[in-house]
Amino acid sequence: MKFDPLAAAILILLPLCVCSRAFAQLDGEPYIHDPSTVIQSDGKYYTFGTGGGGLISDDGYTWHSGAVRPGGGVAPDVIKIGDRYYVAYAVGGGGMSGGHASNVKVMWNKTLDPKSPNFEFHDVGVVASSDGVEDCDAIDPAFLYANGHLWLSYGTYFGYIRIVELDPRTGNRMAGNKAVNVAIDMEATDLLYRDGWYYLLGTHGTCCDGANSTYNIRVGRSRNPTGPYVDNMGIPLLKGGGKLVAAASGRHMGLGHFGLMDLGDGVQKFSMHYEADLDRGGRSVLDIRPLLWKDDWPVGGDDFEPGTYEIQSERSGGALELAVDFVRMDTGRRGWGPPTGPVTPVANQTLAQDSAKWPAGNIAVDLSDYMVRPHQLWTVAPVPNVGGYPGAPYFKIVIAGTDRALAATAEGEVETVPAFTGAPEQLWRIDELIDGAYRIMPKAMPNSAAPVALIAVGASTPTLTKFDPKSDKGKWNFRKP
Amino acid sequence: MEKVALSSCIELSSRAKVLKMTKMKMFRKLVVLGIGVLAVQACVAQVPDRPKAPQDKAAAAAPRTIAPYFKPATSQPKAPDADGFLQRWMLLEPIVKPNRTNTVFTGTYVRSALNAEYFPDQFTLLPHNGQTVTVAGQELAWHALDSTGFNVKVFRFAYGLNEPTYGVLFWAVTIVNSPSEKKNIRLAVGSNSASMWWLNGEDVADLFDDRRMVMDDVISKRLTLKKGQNVLRGAVINGPGLSDFCVRFVDEDGNPIKDLSLSLPQ
Repeated sequence: MKFDPLAAAILILLPLCVCSRAFAQLDGEPYIHDPSTVIQSDGKYYTFGTGGGGLISDDGYTWHSGAVRPGGGVAPDVIKIGDRYYVAYAVGGGGMSGGHASNVKVMWNKTLDPKSPNFEFHDVGVVASSDGVEDCDAIDPAFLYANGHLWLSYGTYFGYIRIVELDPRTGNRMAGNKAVNVAIDMEATDLLYRDGWYYLLGTHGTCCDGANSTYNIRVGRSRNPTGPYVDNMGIPLLKGGGKLVAAASGRHMGLGHFGLMDLGDGVQKFSMHYEADLDRGGRSVLDIRPLLWKDDWPVGGDDFEPGTYEIQSERSGGALELAVDFVRMDTGRRGWGPPTGPVTPVANQTLAQDSAKWPAGNIAVDLSDYMVRPHQLWTVAPVPNVGGYPGAPYFKIVIAGTDRALAATAEGEVETVPAFTGAPEQLWRIDELIDGAYRIMPKAMPNSAAPVALIAVGASTPTLTKFDPKSDKGKWNFRKP
Repeated sequence: MEKVALSSCIELSSRAKVLKMTKMKMFRKLVVLGIGVLAVQACVAQVPDRPKAPQDKAAAAAPRTIAPYFKPATSQPKAPDADGFLQRWMLLEPIVKPNRTNTVFTGTYVRSALNAEYFPDQFTLLPHNGQTVTVAGQELAWHALDSTGFNVKVFRFAYGLNEPTYGVLFWAVTIVNSPSEKKNIRLAVGSNSASMWWLNGEDVADLFDDRRMVMDDVISKRLTLKKGQNVLRGAVINGPGLSDFCVRFVDEDGNPIKDLSLSLPQ
């Protein structure tokens, strides 16, 4: 067998490439099971899990234990209405301890920061229950506040998923309200409202079995909060239907406990747990990933994949590039007829060929026709130990094969600097928008506190200014070279 | 979040408290209790401490019944429901088949478990209401029932009869009467958990792995329903959790076939 050094190198590096995906997982110690919807309080992010306690993060990327929730029980959820954070959780049920007898309880607090002088939980009481015999197991509560009404879904595979209405002023059950069956064979539900549709999300599959957990997130929708919910095939959730939203991928198995994070400006994310993160010993961990929408259905997006890309403007189709002289490729003269001699491949233009006359200092950027030239190829890589934003770390964006980095200027423009230093204006936040395009924002712009994004102010001119989700000017696509 | 493995422990052991009847049934329950205890010991380490919700004593103490999930089948033929689901079945009391988790239901396991012979003439018997068969020395009865829902909740069938509900295997038989020969139709099945289905003796639909019941989950290849009587037979196996199934025939476009009638052997 002939030794192929290139193949050998690929084989050696392949495992490293696989493991490098681990970057996109949240940093810190995001160990949790059945996390509540991630929510902000006093500038920090919080989520609570089964068994009490929870996680805190300053930026939504690096997570540590420390959140405080009394009452124990399972699978809580949190929502903020007015100046109150309502917390729902289940005591009993789940096939454990009390079998399928369970109570959903609610409490509230004015802050989730356990160090705040205002931190004090107030018990509301039981808002839903199951008697242990009926076709319902009242666990896994989830809130939705929409159109002035507060809804709560709950239940598990033991019978029906049910919805009740709560009083948003007190968190208690609305007087006379009766529970409505809305789904079967589902658990870990959540509710969304968008453009006149109510969405019931929940998991199918098996939980709590590590890397063998088949948990996956499904959805049905209805024009009415109490159903009937049907999936994309018209199958009622009361007959087992459910359109896939997100399932296992990469090194992560068993997605469950969806929670919406609407970050505004066309950016939505969802919090959930993996039953098993193979890069963290197969433990259950929190993650936050983009949420996309297609044909009025939610679609679970993926973490941004580091790599080398063309960065294409949605507005003009132009490629973000160094504003340098175009260097022709010398492929010789050819006629239009069939070849008269051997046909041999032509190599791509090399970085050395393209960069021979690049200035040494800062170089401006513009947008132009994409020609697969080195000055148009950007390597996007996470930067360790500089924090991040909900669900992802900050990235550096450099010309492939160089350390020349994209940077914000004090004048509100964008350019490249010869070497990446890790300065805030060289760190970039990349958020996938609900339509699948991306928003690119510097962590900071010198002399300005206002958030800005990379915007195609002209067909060929990028700048930094306020992002408008209704305009294609601020939308970008990362395309494989 | 439902920790199915531990729930099986609790459910199995609680089932053992409702002992009754014959020595063989007593023996069977004790076996189940033993399995439950072992399962609890095996699972307890995985489960965090949590407060208990009080069991509703009235609900737990209420006399068990298969109502409102089932009604006794009548002698009159029964049409499928508005969506074509077959609701009339002869159901055999559950056969104990302990499994702590449903993830064991691979194709190999299920084919082996459901093709094994549990009672004589298992694949040809047309039982009548009240007829009994003996499985591993235990007497089990057939019940002629109409499901009141589109799905046949065999968990509720077992629970209502004070039979084991977890770690069980159910057999079901019905007779499908067709007014004419129907070609290129398909059997559409959903089951919790795994199941196998035979039409006129031919294996036509298999559902493996840890399944939730979804209507039209697995669809058979194209089939022919004979004019007159056709025998549809199914077996559903489940570890912990609810067990049920839903079955209907659909045409090539997926539309339900409703001009059928169901009857049971007399």
